[in-house]
Amino acid sequence: MDGLLPPFDAHRIFIAPWTTDIATYGWMALMAFLVTAACGLVGNYLILRRMALVGDAISHSVLPGLAVAFLISGKLTLPAMLAGALGAGLLTTFLIEFLHTRSRIKADAAIGITFCSLFALGVVLINVFASKVHLDAECVLYGELSNLTLAEFSLGIPEPVLVMGGVVFSVAVLIVVFYKELLITSFDALLAGSQGFAPGKMHLALMAVLSIVIVAAFESVGAILVIAMLILPGATAQLLSTRLPICLALSLLHASLSAIGGLHLSLMLGCPMAAAVVVAGTLLFGFAWMASLLKTRAGFEASMAAEATP
Amino acid sequence: MKPSRTAEIGRTQRFRKTNLCVLPISALFLLLGTISSHAARIGDLTETSITDQAFRFFTFSDPSLRLALFGCILLGLNCGLLGGFVVVRRMSLVGDTLSHAVLPGIALGFLWNMNKDPVAILIGATLVGGLSMLTVSAITRTSRLKEDAAMGLVLSSFYAVGICLIGMIQRLPSGNKSGIDKFLFGQAAAMNGSDITLMAITAGLTLLFVTFGYRGLLTLSFHRAFGESLGLPMGFLHHAMMLLISFAVVTAMQAVGVVLVSAMLIIPPATACLLTDRMHRVLILSAVIGIATAAFGAFLSFLGSNLPTGPFMVLAGSFVFTMAFLFSPQQGWLTRLWRQRTQKSRIERENTLKAMYHLAERRDFREEGITLLDFAEARREPLEQIRLQSDDLLRQKLATLTDDGSMLHFTPEGWRKACAVVRNHRLWELYLTNIMQYGTDHVHDDAEKIEHVLGEDTVRQLERRLNFPQTDPHGKPIPGAREVHGQSIPRPAETTGY
Repeated sequence: MDGLLPPFDAHRIFIAPWTTDIATYGWMALMAFLVTAACGLVGNYLILRRMALVGDAISHSVLPGLAVAFLISGKLTLPAMLAGALGAGLLTTFLIEFLHTRSRIKADAAIGITFCSLFALGVVLINVFASKVHLDAECVLYGELSNLTLAEFSLGIPEPVLVMGGVVFSVAVLIVVFYKELLITSFDALLAGSQGFAPGKMHLALMAVLSIVIVAAFESVGAILVIAMLILPGATAQLLSTRLPICLALSLLHASLSAIGGLHLSLMLGCPMAAAVVVAGTLLFGFAWMASLLKTRAGFEASMAAEATP
Repeated sequence: MKPSRTAEIGRTQRFRKTNLCVLPISALFLLLGTISSHAARIGDLTETSITDQAFRFFTFSDPSLRLALFGCILLGLNCGLLGGFVVVRRMSLVGDTLSHAVLPGIALGFLWNMNKDPVAILIGATLVGGLSMLTVSAITRTSRLKEDAAMGLVLSSFYAVGICLIGMIQRLPSGNKSGIDKFLFGQAAAMNGSDITLMAITAGLTLLFVTFGYRGLLTLSFHRAFGESLGLPMGFLHHAMMLLISFAVVTAMQAVGVVLVSAMLIIPPATACLLTDRMHRVLILSAVIGIATAAFGAFLSFLGSNLPTGPFMVLAGSFVFTMAFLFSPQQGWLTRLWRQRTQKSRIERENTLKAMYHLAERRDFREEGITLLDFAEARREPLEQIRLQSDDLLRQKLATLTDDGSMLHFTPEGWRKACAVVRNHRLWELYLTNIMQYGTDHVHDDAEKIEHVLGEDTVRQLERRLNFPQTDPHGKPIPGAREVHGQSIPRPAETTGY
């Protein structure tokens, strides 16, 4: 048991990342924030549409998409990666739909069968073509928010940060531009259809954006932690507010707090940073849950008191 | 750059999936690293060729292989039996949640005495699994979040805690060689005797539970409230089942891995559901499929020496599932499509025969055959269409065509079928007018549909009910049993009695 925790050193944990080591940890924190922000923005809509587990499914099935893209293009360039992820994401959506509309298989089993099979296919491809696919299976599980100063820089910014920043920016722009469409299709697909908003197309578009966000985040956080990034910010925000714009803003706040908290936590515990960011985010969710419980209780007591004194 | 630093870069880059951003030096290291790993792989394969490995597999000469295979069989049995209930209760993703969420429990069980003690790991994992399920139900009960969000949230955040703990364990000097990472993708060969014993015990418990609690479990799965009203211990059965599921998940994890263990709970029973309807058959079949896919996956991964077991098991399972999904006799997608197509063409054929009958009837059955031209005119369809229809009849030996290809004749079989369809149609019309009190002008469309599906028994019943009628509501004669079952070919009008 000894040595499980590194010795506690407040300077190393809390001060050094922002002073002497800012060139390393600053970028890592920024990257963690960008990943969580992109996932959180999309995740809000997933939670509203009760599709959190479809996010789970796509995050697993992106793996074979990446492996196939690798096998075809030889090395993983950005376009190949995006194409692989898009293909995998849409295939997953289609397969789930196909399985449970064309047979007696229920939706939950269809999700499970689809993503387990695709994920297994991905792992097998990576293992069998290990010499051609430089995708490490470990990275899929742990994520690797590693030292970004080792990455190539362009414009003075590490390239992964640049790419992730671009993804966050495009997601934000898409949400602003299609705000009304997303809102109405998420809350009332029937009404949306009758008003001519094509909920089916919005669904597919959301799945496509989701696949792109997942593949961009995949490298940093891995297949399973990305689910947490998708759900935690939105879930925390929706505990605190019922207004969608406020929820979106709150999930950005959650993303930034969990990125910073995760950085310090990973230094303190000496564990992988991606997992630490999720743990920090979970703690924030826990606080929000407690707050919402207290609020409900206070509201309940107030209404009881109001009833008691007519 | 210092050498130690570059080595580190090389290693980190091996773990990365892109080389979007690789320094030239680290790219070199990456290249060297992959070449060496490639060489090692080829070395493995030349030492033991695939046929050698297959031979070793089937002779069961290798004791560790025997152990691994036995473990896989237990695993398939255990997951298959429990999975049957999981799938019909629509809890498939509960297995998924559980399998990810027990990771911190495994790490804690490992920390207990710093080795892979299966009992400590089982206890830790079961406790954490129970905690995760409680958290899911607490979140859904006390907040606005729905079950899917709560499950995804618990799944991934528990998993993150587990990854943190494993990361910390692996930094320990003793932790690195612990094989705890084998839990992530599964390696059946990593199982030892005590793992197998534990697996056998849990599989035995499951078998006993399912055998003796079958009725209760059946009620729980299909109508819980009914079971409760009967005073059956539904809550107890539910919790016992959840406990056994978490045992199954934890013991199977060594062989299949955290991510894919839920597949063993979902895929075999889902396949069984596509093949049969009765619950006990679903359970037996899903246990058999589970055992078969687990053993086959172990075989495949044994062929290449370094391959993880889990993904191969899951792929074997998905292959069986795909086959069942496409070709299952009752439920298969292609079987059903094919059945629909044959049904459609049968209906079209019967309609053609009926039209021929009507044409012959209009001529009082005086003429020998029907010219295609007349037929085309009567059906108001182009001649090519009519040729296609007559070709179909010829193929089915329901009609013959004269040598110059202008006249169609019924064969005895075709005549019988035509009479049967017309009889069905007219009997139904009569039934609707006489007994259901429909207007005579409202009965035709309904009869058009039902004439193709009325069975002999129903026809007998209708005839009795209508007192063996001779004519339909429009005054046309109803072909009788003589025409439908006898050998009579179209005869001159005077003998039909019309």
